[in-house]
Amino acid sequence: MSHDVFKADSKLPDRLLVALREQGYTTIGPTARDGAIVLDEIHASADLPVGLREDQEAGHYRLQARRDEAVFGHTVGPQSWKRYLFPPNHRLWAAKRSGGSFEIKPQHEADHRLAFIGVRPCELAALEIQDRVFFGEEHVDPHYAALRTRAFIVTVNCAEAAPTCFCGSMGTGPRAEDGYDLALTEILGRGRHEFLVEVGSERGATLLEALELKPAGKDALEAARKKAAELAGSMTRRVETDGLAEALMANLEHPHWAKTAERCLACANCTMVCPTCFCSTVEDVADLSGDHDERWRRWDSCFNSQHSYVHGGNMRPTIRSRYRQWLTHKFAGWIDQFGTSGCVGCGRCITWCPAAIDLTEELAALRGAVTT
Amino acid sequence: MTLTTKAETLRPVPYVLRDKWQETADTWSMALEPAEAWLQADRGEPGQFNMLWAFGVGESAISISGPTHGTGPLVHTIRACGNVTRKLCAMKAGEVVGLRGPYGKPWPIESLKGRDLIIMAGGIGLAPLRPVVYHILANREDFGRVSLLYGARRPEDILFANELSGWRGRMELDVLITVDAADSSWFGNVGTVTRLVRRNPFEVDGAAALVCGPEIMMQYSAQTLLDAGMNQDSIWVSMERNMKCGVGLCGHCQVGPEFVCKTGPVYPLERIANLLATREM
Ligand SMILES: Cc1cc2nc3c(=O)[nH]c(=O)nc-3n(C[C@H](O)[C@H](O)[C@H](O)COP(=O)(O)OP(=O)(O)OC[C@H]3O[C@@H](n4cnc5c(N)ncnc54)[C@H](O)[C@@H]3O)c2cc1C
Ligand code: SF4
Ligand code: SF4
Ligand code: FES
Repeated sequence: MSHDVFKADSKLPDRLLVALREQGYTTIGPTARDGAIVLDEIHASADLPVGLREDQEAGHYRLQARRDEAVFGHTVGPQSWKRYLFPPNHRLWAAKRSGGSFEIKPQHEADHRLAFIGVRPCELAALEIQDRVFFGEEHVDPHYAALRTRAFIVTVNCAEAAPTCFCGSMGTGPRAEDGYDLALTEILGRGRHEFLVEVGSERGATLLEALELKPAGKDALEAARKKAAELAGSMTRRVETDGLAEALMANLEHPHWAKTAERCLACANCTMVCPTCFCSTVEDVADLSGDHDERWRRWDSCFNSQHSYVHGGNMRPTIRSRYRQWLTHKFAGWIDQFGTSGCVGCGRCITWCPAAIDLTEELAALRGAVTT
Repeated sequence: MTLTTKAETLRPVPYVLRDKWQETADTWSMALEPAEAWLQADRGEPGQFNMLWAFGVGESAISISGPTHGTGPLVHTIRACGNVTRKLCAMKAGEVVGLRGPYGKPWPIESLKGRDLIIMAGGIGLAPLRPVVYHILANREDFGRVSLLYGARRPEDILFANELSGWRGRMELDVLITVDAADSSWFGNVGTVTRLVRRNPFEVDGAAALVCGPEIMMQYSAQTLLDAGMNQDSIWVSMERNMKCGVGLCGHCQVGPEFVCKTGPVYPLERIANLLATREM
């Protein structure tokens, strides 16, 4: 499919939202609420975080006003798109007793179609990672599959990175080359406010037809690619991925694990905000009559002490062992299991760690020589 | 002939509890049959497990403990130790249990033909190994000398005691039993199951070992077998981890890169040795 590129003015977000809603999509996007940028249904560009940016550092997050009217001048807030495809609480089925046996009604997956507006390149990479988990060889998650295959993805390439971002070294951003239906690049400055629109699918192309946009010149795309490369190179946080998995698995007894464990609260924030973490638990919810039972699936975390519980004890009783599970799964186990790192460099776990633990620093320390 | 389509694997199907009998003070065996004619039971292979569901309470991973050949009911042996297992063990004949499975990788018995076998079990770990014994007894000429080394906490905790003495009596396998502690009425071995390895001299050459029990027991057993001269690639262990889904989705059963429910529970020792030896993995 050809990589068509168009130019649009600042009315593009509203026009896109109208077009998508006319096609029956529920449009989800970033919006400012309670001092953070969260994801919710959006109806018009006024719902987007216009003129806002995020001040992010380890253990720190604050919204600030921008000096311009950028619509996508933020990066990533605490929530990720996984909550729509892999909801934090989800009923898998409902059962009722009948004639000495039972009947199970599968959850009817809502047939609504979601359009995600403002999916950052790192988040697109995270969706592709979760695809590998939920479209498994043994089991395809029907809920995820139904919503994911219907979802319309509007990516927004990043013009600025938060100090916590390290997609540049993870190879997941700040620009997406494919995997979306449409990709936007917002261009601001010298009185200009425009968008570059790249087409990534037939669906995307069809939607754009109605908008009658003008094609953009080749140089516009080149300029966007050049800017993205500069941005990637300017990120101060980095993870050296070469040989990282081997180094981590060879350093399972590195004394640094214990040092980190002294700071880590095992609060599980990092796994909740992470766009790729997929652990869940199940709970049976029975009614008082005892004739009805619902199976609910809820997000879980390897930081919860019950995560590895077996009769007679917890396999990972210490915070040291749980932190080690998290980091080695992300950067080593994941590669064996799914052929990709489990980290896309979005930096959420750094920002939302109440103890300001920064995994880029931890990884550097853990692959270093053992010093006591 | 699986009973469920790929997308439906998280939904249990109904099985009738045909019969149930007590094995020890806290352990029962139950014979299950499909509750509806359209269900065709997948009997699984020795070492595989099913997720058994008690309506309104929850699910547990339970190994197949009965024969996997033939046509009889599916047998599972359950130790009542928590919410789900207590509920399952309290159910009465005629009641309906939910089942999904079989899941996991089985013991590699087909590939062990012609070899001497050492079967080492600790506690309830004998349950997932019993189908191996049934398979051997049904195909006795396919295997060399077979020794079953079993350790229980106390004499009254010995699982399948009558069957064990039957097997010993018929001289089809060597059966050695030990307990951790006993009073003076016990005339058998006292001590860990690893000691039985030394009590049961065997030809290392060509022998294979299948080990199942608590992780610490498997670690020591494997070490004892290695010390006796066996190779890592002749030893298999069955890992036990917290399991919620059984299909590689919930993340609970992970040990390093392994999803025990999917790439295990049975592993060649060489694949899992480092993980088994690392504390708190
Ligand atoms: C592959 C496999 C095969 C097994 N085969 C058998 C068998 O043949 N017979 C038998 O009696 N038991 C077997 N178990 C153990 C059995 O699954 C647990 O005893 C059972 O899940 C405990 O659940 P509960 O609700 O009764 O206990 P609780 O203590 O209330 O358990 C709470 C939760 O912890 C987890 N859990 C607790 N103990 C274990 C455990 N030992 N292993 C795994 N998860 C645990 C479960 O997710 C459970 O839902 C097997 C476990 C695995 C992983
Ligand atoms: S581990 Fe941290 S930086 Fe990496 S994807 Fe998860 S939240 Fe983002
Ligand atoms: S084990 Fe931990 S790091 Fe891995 S997916 Fe689960 S919660 Fe995330
Ligand atoms: S039991 Fe859920 S992933 Fe293995």
